[in-house]
Amino acid sequence: MELTGAEIFVNSLKDEGVKHIFGYPGGAVLHIYDALYQQKDVEHILCRHEQGAAHAADGYARSSGKPGVVLVTSGPGATNAVTGIATAYMDSIPMVCFTGQVPTSLIGNDAFQEVDSVGITRPCVKHNFLVKDVRDLAATIKKAFYIATTGRPGPVVVDIPKDVTAQKCEYSYPKKMTMRSYNPVVKGHPGQIKRAVKLMLSAKRPMIYTGGGVILDNASKQLTDLTKKLGYPITNTLMGLGAYPATDKQFLGMLGMHGTYQANMAMHQCDVLIAIGARFDDRVTGNIEKFCPTAKIVHIDIDPASIAKNVKVDIPIVGSVGAVLKEMISVIKDGKATPDKTALKEWWKQIEEWRSMDCLKYDRDSEIIKPQFVLEKLYEVTKGDAFVTSDVGQHQMFTAQFYQFDKPRRWINSGGLGTMGFGLPAAMGAQMANPGETVVCVTGEGSIQMNIQELSTCKQYNLPIKVINLNNRYLGMVRQWQEFFYQNRYAMSYMEALPDFSKLAESYGHVGMKIEKPSDVEGALKEAMKMKDRFVFMDFITDQKENVYPMIPAGAGLNEMILI
Amino acid sequence: MENEAGALSRVAGLFSARGYNIESLTVAPTEDSSLSRMTIVTTGSEEIIEQITKQLNKLIDVVKLVELTDGEHIEREMLLIKVKAEDKVKEEITRLCEIFRGHIIDVSEKSYVIELSGDSEKLDAFIKSLEKMKIIEVVRSGVSGIARGSRSLEV
Repeated sequence: MELTGAEIFVNSLKDEGVKHIFGYPGGAVLHIYDALYQQKDVEHILCRHEQGAAHAADGYARSSGKPGVVLVTSGPGATNAVTGIATAYMDSIPMVCFTGQVPTSLIGNDAFQEVDSVGITRPCVKHNFLVKDVRDLAATIKKAFYIATTGRPGPVVVDIPKDVTAQKCEYSYPKKMTMRSYNPVVKGHPGQIKRAVKLMLSAKRPMIYTGGGVILDNASKQLTDLTKKLGYPITNTLMGLGAYPATDKQFLGMLGMHGTYQANMAMHQCDVLIAIGARFDDRVTGNIEKFCPTAKIVHIDIDPASIAKNVKVDIPIVGSVGAVLKEMISVIKDGKATPDKTALKEWWKQIEEWRSMDCLKYDRDSEIIKPQFVLEKLYEVTKGDAFVTSDVGQHQMFTAQFYQFDKPRRWINSGGLGTMGFGLPAAMGAQMANPGETVVCVTGEGSIQMNIQELSTCKQYNLPIKVINLNNRYLGMVRQWQEFFYQNRYAMSYMEALPDFSKLAESYGHVGMKIEKPSDVEGALKEAMKMKDRFVFMDFITDQKENVYPMIPAGAGLNEMILI
Repeated sequence: MENEAGALSRVAGLFSARGYNIESLTVAPTEDSSLSRMTIVTTGSEEIIEQITKQLNKLIDVVKLVELTDGEHIEREMLLIKVKAEDKVKEEITRLCEIFRGHIIDVSEKSYVIELSGDSEKLDAFIKSLEKMKIIEVVRSGVSGIARGSRSLEV
């Protein structure tokens, strides 16, 4: 039987196993919405802005490992989604974004709500397609999911003109997809793995540095096994938190610009660096000239282009992190060599000395609420088991420093692109993917206003998210830089004319709370977490002058931190 | 690469987005109509060339990539040049064409169009030799390349 393009679209999603899509209707996608209306297998979540829809799909993907799916209309629908697509691209998140397009006969005509979606998204997608013939639609959708979810994951855009969704043809969804021009490597080169293991076991001052790649490949178990077996210190990037249990003593905390003293010093002084699914981002390396001056480097990554991009590597291994680590563990088991216990003991002694500096200390007796205190209490009250999303700025760094993630996929933030407005919609996606789990969005009064319209979506779908708004009446990170580097000239970093957030939340039908005293923090958090079926907006009035420490100033090396 | 709409812009976009140099780029379909072949001439340090290679390989439309400068290879570029051909210089132009093994392929009362192919240096030299005349138009195809011997780029 022949189906319309719109029916083929919906059937393809079904056959792909998609349960939820996030989107916003419009002229070019009306046929598709009509087809969605007439079925029950794929649930559509109506967000209040296309950017919100894209971030929600992103949060869904990050928290579940399944690809996030977005559906928006042509023109402004597509351009509004671009920030969400770019956010997913920078963090290698599997996502498929369907954009409506004007009918093929009008393409290039400056038609109403026309934009060159394929052109606009090209630099921020893994790949994109324009479907010009309904007979290509099902296979293109299959390709899109295949590309988005394999190799180094990433967003794929499929642009579908309106007339294609009305045309008819026979439907069949390909079971498997192979492409001659796309064959991601999985297994690492056995010779390179053996060489790497030999170098790793010869280390006197080893360091393991891991990123988002471990989480994307679901390789936390392999990483933990290997790290335990070796007894080496380990640090995670902002994107990699949760891949190794933060409460374990081998874990030195996050590294980089606002990383811990012990992690950054150990990086600087190590003699063998084992980089796993991480990409030597500038926020991690600091001044590249001064980075790991004495280290031989092993780098495992699925993307060959990530290797030797910023830092010269001694032993590159291209392959999926999980497969390579598994192979490494078995090479170590089969071999005779073991880690150098004596050298390791010395190394740990040095590390413990660094750790004893207690670089994350802050004023616990403050009469104004300290943001760090809220996060410590949040960690305690949720027993470290919540899905925590964040926006971008000081609150993001504080969360990374103070909420100890023991499990992967629990920490959800925009690391690469640094997108303010990400937190709330990402929490919606995380809650949709994990019903019954505690989902918390840590944000600030600046970021939350960038997608605050999603409070309405949360009401419509009864998403019991808990928002922790660290309200210091400043764009805190901007203010911090202005204090440090612009002689306290706080240009445009003060947020005037703020709403009463608790009342605002109440007007959307949610529970609003305003917390102004440190002594009320714990009680309020407990009360909010007890409301299992309610969305609670907690507005914490925090210290305006608090800064994120420690900090590596721009241009400095990892051993040149500013401590409090 | 896959002979698909947009493939060329992915390559061009990659070079501009990452700030790589692009000296010339030629592209046309091959004997297999689903594939087109592109020759790119670029410059950069060894590290940059390595990155360019990796980034190009990462494009989904790129089927296979070889670095021709790694081995012996042939480069050819074609030039079409229109020069003012007044009576007193006609003989000189014809002589230069012979020396460079070019062909005069269009003649009008006042101008010649000359076709010449060779490596880029030869084309440069020929244009230089014509500088005394009035050059009206220069069209260069950009470089196409192929490996010498049995080494080949096959899919």
